Amino acid sequence: MSAAPIAGVSSVVRPRGETHPSGHRRRDILVATAFLLPNLVLLVVFTYRPLVDNIRLSFQNWNISSPTATFIGWNNYTEWFTSPDSGTVLWNTVVFTGFAVLGSMILGLALALLLDQKLFGRNAVRSMVFAPFVLAGAAVGVAFQFVFDPTFGLIQDLLGRVGVDAPNFYQEPGWALFMVTVTYIWKNLGYTFVIYLAALQGRRAELDEAAEIDGASAWTKFRKVTWPQLRPATFFLLITVLLNSFQVFDVIHTMTRGGPLGNGTTTMVYQVYQETFVNQRAGYGATVATILFVGLLAITLAQVYVMERGRDK
Amino acid sequence: MTALAPHQTSRPGARIGGYLTMLLVVLLIALPLYWILVSSLKERPDIYTVPVTWFPGQVTFDSYSTVRTGVPFTDYLRNSVLITTVLTIVQVTLGVLSAFALSFLRFPGRTFVLLFIIAALMVPNQITLISNYSLVAQLGWRNTFAGIIVPLAGVAFGTFLMRNHFMSLPTEIIEAAEMDAAGPLKMLWRVVLPMSWPTLIAFTLITIVNEWNQYLWPLLMADDASVAPLPVGLTQLQDTEGLSNWGPVMAGTVLTMVPILVIFLVLQRHMIKGLTAGAVKG
Repeated sequence: MSAAPIAGVSSVVRPRGETHPSGHRRRDILVATAFLLPNLVLLVVFTYRPLVDNIRLSFQNWNISSPTATFIGWNNYTEWFTSPDSGTVLWNTVVFTGFAVLGSMILGLALALLLDQKLFGRNAVRSMVFAPFVLAGAAVGVAFQFVFDPTFGLIQDLLGRVGVDAPNFYQEPGWALFMVTVTYIWKNLGYTFVIYLAALQGRRAELDEAAEIDGASAWTKFRKVTWPQLRPATFFLLITVLLNSFQVFDVIHTMTRGGPLGNGTTTMVYQVYQETFVNQRAGYGATVATILFVGLLAITLAQVYVMERGRDK
Repeated sequence: MTALAPHQTSRPGARIGGYLTMLLVVLLIALPLYWILVSSLKERPDIYTVPVTWFPGQVTFDSYSTVRTGVPFTDYLRNSVLITTVLTIVQVTLGVLSAFALSFLRFPGRTFVLLFIIAALMVPNQITLISNYSLVAQLGWRNTFAGIIVPLAGVAFGTFLMRNHFMSLPTEIIEAAEMDAAGPLKMLWRVVLPMSWPTLIAFTLITIVNEWNQYLWPLLMADDASVAPLPVGLTQLQDTEGLSNWGPVMAGTVLTMVPILVIFLVLQRHMIKGLTAGAVKG
């Protein structure tokens, strides 16, 4: 659970305290250094240094436990872009992320709209929807592996009751990918739900009432009045949920180890782990990580660009 | 979580539809959790029967004792508590100090430092993984608490959250404190923090949940139960018992989930406040 609140950054950069009486300046600089330095050192050493170092590593042939690495130029990149495995991994990443983002956002919005209504017991249900979000992804993955167990699991029993034979979620790659995606949506739904619910509660009620007086249908009211007011929340969620879904490791690792059939549910992030720490090819792992980072950066910047343009209108 | 603008559903048909959907939602969330719990209380043959049973024939806590004997579960629990506590204290402290400096102190390059910290939010963990692993291994920190804790201790999200809040405090009070020439520490402790408890609690809760649920980094750092936290221990349990003995695995899952669920149920309002801050206004 890492919620990166990118939206709204530009509006808070303006610092405060410009009316400060002079004389405290030297003291301020000293105190600020003492307050900021530990955090800055940690971020430099463990976030920015490895970010740059990762690019250097991506041009090496390196076994992570060995002290020596060989420079091999663009070989790792050529390998990734020509390997048939990359197609599968990229496809898995797109399918998993796409369905995770769309699924949790659409369901989260639907639930927020439902539980914004005056219904008896809605507070208890709200808590329930949010609860899975605080659970450890690893624990949810382990638990849902059993929920999806093709012979003794809950899902096969429920499907059996309506006369459907459960697919083998463990052995068929498509169904395995379905299984990890559904599990992740189940866990992540609470996040999109609370963000949308907060946005709904912060909207301007008088607009809704005006629409009701005008006799607008529920759908028109939603499309013309409610949805435009949810725009900031939607953009915020698009960015954060996309970033988070791209990075999912725990659910996949605990449920499938990236399988079946070798890479049935291997996403790019999982490939980074597998190449580096299982196949002992850290240089190649770093290459996949760099490609992933550049891709994420491009997508995020594109989203921010669209968001800023939408705001200007 | 109370609605500011409740909207009465007018037609009775819509109301019934609303309640039916609500029931469906409850089932979707609760059934898997019920399934995990009930399986952890079943005897082994009750788990491995077709068709499956929805209630234990005989309630037993055998699975829970298997967890304790099968893997050093209390060690994992201790490690989880220790790692979460230290990381929470460090991150909350660093976050508050950083946000305070960025909100109330004047120094050259302040905007740059702020952007530098916020930009760290955009760097996915997986990109820093390989290089950090190699660095920590060279330091000889694998299988130590320092190896797990130190690389996770930098705080970007919390700094952002706290600074947003500090900037929203009424200017007059801050200026009055500055006129009194209260030193920065006194101002932080006497003026700013007393006005910031809700946000501080939200920040703390989000940190606790995040760190309790950490998985990939501790998995790479810890080879055994000496420093590994619960989620890593749970995977070890899954490896040893796995598909052939779901009972103890489910019991371990329940034990991992319960502490954080209890914290959540008691303090969810505060947590939601932190998560939604900055998201909605745009």
